[in-house]
Amino acid sequence: MISQIIFSLAFIAAVIFFTLQVRKIIRNINLGKDVNRSDRPQERWAIMVKVALGQSKMVVRPVAGIMHIFVYVGFVIINLEVLEIIIDGIFGTHRIFSFLGSFYNFLIGSFEILALLVLVGVLVFLARRLIIGLKRFSGVEMTAWPKSDALYILLIEVLLMSAFLTMNAADYKLQMLGYSHYINAGSFPISGFLIGLLPNSTSALEIIERSCWWFHILGILAFLNYLPFSKHFHIILAFPNTWYSNLNNKGKFTNMDSVTNEVKAMLDPSFTPPSTDAIGRFGAKDVQDLNWVQLMNSYSCTECGRCTSVCPANQTGKLLSPRKIMMDTRDRLEEVGDHKAKNGKDYDDGKSLLDDYISREEIWACTTCNACVEACPINIDPLSIIVDLRRYAVMEESNVTVSLNAMFSNVENNGAPWKYSPADRLNWAEKEN
Amino acid sequence: MEITDIKIPTMAEMTAAGEKPEILFWVGCAGSYDERAQRITRAFAKILIHVGIKFAVLGTEESCTGDPAKRAGNEFLFQMQAMVNIQVLDGYDIKKIVTACPHCFNTIKNEYPGLGGNYEVIHHTQLIQDLINEGRLNAEGGHFKGKKITFHDPCYLGRGNGVYEAPRKALEILDADLVELKRCKSNGLCCGAGGAQMFKEPEKGKKDVNIERMEDVLESNANVLAVSCPFCMTMMNDGIKHFNKEQEIEVLDIAEITAKENNL
Repeated sequence: MISQIIFSLAFIAAVIFFTLQVRKIIRNINLGKDVNRSDRPQERWAIMVKVALGQSKMVVRPVAGIMHIFVYVGFVIINLEVLEIIIDGIFGTHRIFSFLGSFYNFLIGSFEILALLVLVGVLVFLARRLIIGLKRFSGVEMTAWPKSDALYILLIEVLLMSAFLTMNAADYKLQMLGYSHYINAGSFPISGFLIGLLPNSTSALEIIERSCWWFHILGILAFLNYLPFSKHFHIILAFPNTWYSNLNNKGKFTNMDSVTNEVKAMLDPSFTPPSTDAIGRFGAKDVQDLNWVQLMNSYSCTECGRCTSVCPANQTGKLLSPRKIMMDTRDRLEEVGDHKAKNGKDYDDGKSLLDDYISREEIWACTTCNACVEACPINIDPLSIIVDLRRYAVMEESNVTVSLNAMFSNVENNGAPWKYSPADRLNWAEKEN
Repeated sequence: MEITDIKIPTMAEMTAAGEKPEILFWVGCAGSYDERAQRITRAFAKILIHVGIKFAVLGTEESCTGDPAKRAGNEFLFQMQAMVNIQVLDGYDIKKIVTACPHCFNTIKNEYPGLGGNYEVIHHTQLIQDLINEGRLNAEGGHFKGKKITFHDPCYLGRGNGVYEAPRKALEILDADLVELKRCKSNGLCCGAGGAQMFKEPEKGKKDVNIERMEDVLESNANVLAVSCPFCMTMMNDGIKHFNKEQEIEVLDIAEITAKENNL
């Protein structure tokens, strides 16, 4: 009875704390500007199913892709077992679903095989980080915390899976010994190999079984609450993030409506711009100037670095790293969100995303080639943030290099980015090859 | 065929004569002014003349699409350019546009509709692909026999608009040895010119992007590097000069290869 109460309290506390953290993230994402990304819902569901559920972009890199599918499928399906654990914990039952008979045996057997695959995947991932030292897991933005975060996640997964398999092994051995309420239920294709390692005393076995049971479920509840503080939150946000993907051709950049009104008014004096709310600024200086999808992108990023590893600027030694753009956006958003919560919504700390987090040198190194957008396994768009920061630098500050300014004035005056006369446009037809 | 023997019709002239073209050839700034890109323009014009497509150019009425301004963050300048261009295009009642520049292609196709400019826009490699499929162009020149040819995907044609097969079609019909670069199609590496980089100095780094890309080309051992963007053309030629490979590798646009094979 006491253990039921302890379990129920732990469970409720975990759910409440998690909900509060998620609400904080939603509040921060809502600091972004509005953008309509709910059109063409059928296409959106299809993309979500293919890219997030189906992991289609993960397998572009086969080793990481397949290992990731092991871990992902394992975690999703083993969560069915967690449902049983929660019911058992609240009602003090033991293996409540065992009445399903042979189907139950099939389920438990499958969970065990999946748990082993998860372990294999996680160990490969650990080796890639700790032994092989894959290049894309380093970089200026990969400071102490992002690196530890990745290792904590992998370590927790090793511990959870080990506890799960050890629990089953002890349970299986108790079943074979016909001890107490340990009825014959489940099949144990993996943990069956572990029983030789366990003691023969039923009291010791019961202690092991109970300890692993508690460790497993409390570990899962703790892990759940670790998610909102970690890159691992991608396991949740990958789904909305892909649903709200940009459906246009990647080459298409948004046309800014606020600019359209001004340009129309310039070209046609009789044009009256539709009355809208305060425009704010052109482009983005800080996170509130970005739209909420861009902000959600930043929370969805799991820092895998596929974007940075294909970025032409990054590969040739420039400062720009698309992953850093996303991580900086998220870190700045957390900071702004915390300030607003503590000091009121109009609080200004005098800092901004541009300059205090992302430098000019970074944004001007981008070739807008879309390699980062293409590479992201969950359709994050770092390029749109870079362009919004450029828009601020150009349109609000006129802060660009001399050569770009020359290009602008050439376009404006000659209708070409170079200093040639429009009268010479047909000169190509006057020459032989 | 020499272009100087032929009068390239402008929209103004055609309209004055009460005629309409099937398609407008949007030449673009690089194709108009850059000496190397002018050769691409001439090659493509020859193809249009050869197959008998009735086309016209805007000539002095053409102006920058605004692409480099937009990618550099100058949305004002982009929209000014776009609206003026749309007025010109709509003034001539243009319905269909072909261009040999992926940047012009992307901008007019994707970004002009939101500002009121709706046209069917195709890239020159798409038109060449159609003409090959219809049997109106062939590969009988034999100029590339025994040559090893590779293709560099332009970002704004490939990843930007998902066009990967059209430029390859013109190469597939050649009697040549085709080889893909190690980074190709959706994984292609940029030449380094996009996003207005063409018009500024690169930021500090280990090397320039076109050098990184040229290393892929050298690794492929190709004698001919096919491109389909005037900016890629510039960057790749600079890369070849950097490695002193002018004698070994030739950079040619898909239009130039096609014109040559059809003895134009």
